[in-house]
Amino acid sequence: MLENLLANYEEAVAVILFGIGFVMLLFQRNLIKKLIGLNIMDNGVFLLLASMGYISGRKAPIIADGVQSTEAYINPVPAGLVLTGIVVSVSVTAIMLSLTVRLYKRYHTLNLDEIYILSRHLSEDR
Amino acid sequence: MSFLCNVPLATIVLSLFSGVLCTVISGKAARRYTLVYECVLTGLLVALFVHVYRNGSFTYVMGEFPAPWGNEIRAGVLEAVVALTFMVIMGCSVAAGARFVSLDMDESKVNLYYALLNLMTAALMAIIWTNDVFTGYVFLEILTLTSCGVLIVREIGRTTLAAVRYMILNLLGSGLFLLGVVFLYDMTGHLLMVPMRETAAELAADPQGLTVLTLSVGILTIGLSIKSGLFPFHFWMPDTYGKATPTSASVLSSLVSKCYIFLLIKIYWRAIGVDVMMHMPVGNILFVLGMLGIVLGSVSAMRAEDINRMVAFSSAAQIGYIFLGIGIGGQEGYTAALFHILAHSVTKSMIFLTTPRLAEVSEGNVAFRYLQGSALRDRNAGVFFLVGALSMIGIPIFAGFASKLLFGLAALEHQSDAKLVLTMLALAASSMLNALYFIRTVIRIYTPNPAVRDYRRRHSAAYNIPMMVFTAANLFLGLFSWVAVRLIQLGLEQFV
Repeated sequence: MLENLLANYEEAVAVILFGIGFVMLLFQRNLIKKLIGLNIMDNGVFLLLASMGYISGRKAPIIADGVQSTEAYINPVPAGLVLTGIVVSVSVTAIMLSLTVRLYKRYHTLNLDEIYILSRHLSEDR
Repeated sequence: MSFLCNVPLATIVLSLFSGVLCTVISGKAARRYTLVYECVLTGLLVALFVHVYRNGSFTYVMGEFPAPWGNEIRAGVLEAVVALTFMVIMGCSVAAGARFVSLDMDESKVNLYYALLNLMTAALMAIIWTNDVFTGYVFLEILTLTSCGVLIVREIGRTTLAAVRYMILNLLGSGLFLLGVVFLYDMTGHLLMVPMRETAAELAADPQGLTVLTLSVGILTIGLSIKSGLFPFHFWMPDTYGKATPTSASVLSSLVSKCYIFLLIKIYWRAIGVDVMMHMPVGNILFVLGMLGIVLGSVSAMRAEDINRMVAFSSAAQIGYIFLGIGIGGQEGYTAALFHILAHSVTKSMIFLTTPRLAEVSEGNVAFRYLQGSALRDRNAGVFFLVGALSMIGIPIFAGFASKLLFGLAALEHQSDAKLVLTMLALAASSMLNALYFIRTVIRIYTPNPAVRDYRRRHSAAYNIPMMVFTAANLFLGLFSWVAVRLIQLGLEQFV
């Protein structure tokens, strides 16, 4: 069990990061900390993808010096997926930050519980 | 290859283009453009449906890279039926809710709202057509972003708060879905659904392989069930649906959450294979959660104090039904689940578009005590609410009855007696609770209230025609349910 974990330490770290991010996103009451959790969670997945896609000893998939054998290069798809994932993650974070700004301007706090209580008392919000 | 084979891609690309176009034209023009565009798209989808019904399903290879590498779009009978239904509901919701859109937001921002709806159409269509799991993830995120957008257009504090909670849960779901997809890609080496299924079948032959596969499918399933609002992740529903502008509530409850479930079913059938799914406990867990969702969603709906919360909680119960069907499994279970996706989409969007009209003639208040007699003050909305309520309870000739019948039949076909008894109990309990709270509401809105002055609403065709389309669709699904069932079965056979 432990040897397997050590042999795949990158994957293990990635899944632990995902777990940390997931729990932060779920249980932190502060919106900014939630967003940090979101980014840690996404980066965990990207680390998993990137580490799986890399085979040590091989090169980036750009044909150089006329070597055309597929044995010489790594698979470009995981890198492509990571890039797509990063774009998605950035845009989601941007939207969430803008929502956070809007909530902060209105309620002057970042704590979701406090915002919830405040929103129940403000009559124009109902 | 026929010209019609380009329609699936065209629905995605044209919707993206329409989204961009709507940002530069005025709000009024954007509304008209969106309506016309949706009618055109509906026409194209009808033509596509006839094509796939006659000639069978086809795969559209993007960029001419063949199977294990490229990206693919696939259209079969089931995809065509779901896309067509979604498009009709989208068009009707836009038409019927247009007046509230202009009431709820600043005139200068109305065009942006329609831009968001068009982008949402693109994402819905892409998720329905795609044959690639990762493309599914990308458009899932686009769908999440646009649904957040259509929520926050109504600028009161509660909608922003509801949007933040909605987003947080959706992001948790997307994260889990992505992790599941990455695990599946890691094990099978494919992102396209058909090659993935072939490798998954080989993996499942080995017990260790099956365990890891079960884990990945489990993660992916949890992700999508959080996003669609399966019990116990349904608590965001009342605030989200209750506070949004009516078109958004209708679209979010009937299209967005159903689209996630459709993707899940598609992955089960095309990327994992139902034979492999039989060896996993995923179905049983979904069955139990679905059942709990049905009962507890209905109980919460009974305790709600305003009509919007009641309808939103009843949505949670209906999502429970769909997952119950998936949990029963087999072709019958999935057919019932898919039929209920169609039936509930048609019914719930209709109800969400009547409640604001009823509230409007009740001093703008959605609490039950204000709504007394509202159906007499706005007769059209009252009748349409009645149709929706009867369908939700499951009165024969309406769509809700047909889907409850299908769930019962699917449970009878299933070998396990425990599932049969539990399904029947859940169906009975839920029908009774549904009847209790919907009949109570109907009686209340039809009881005259002399305290409120009686004024007649002006009846507009822009509202009545779409609502009649909903009623007709509801009756069609109720009276001719065998047509829809046959089409769904045909589509599922094409999936394999």
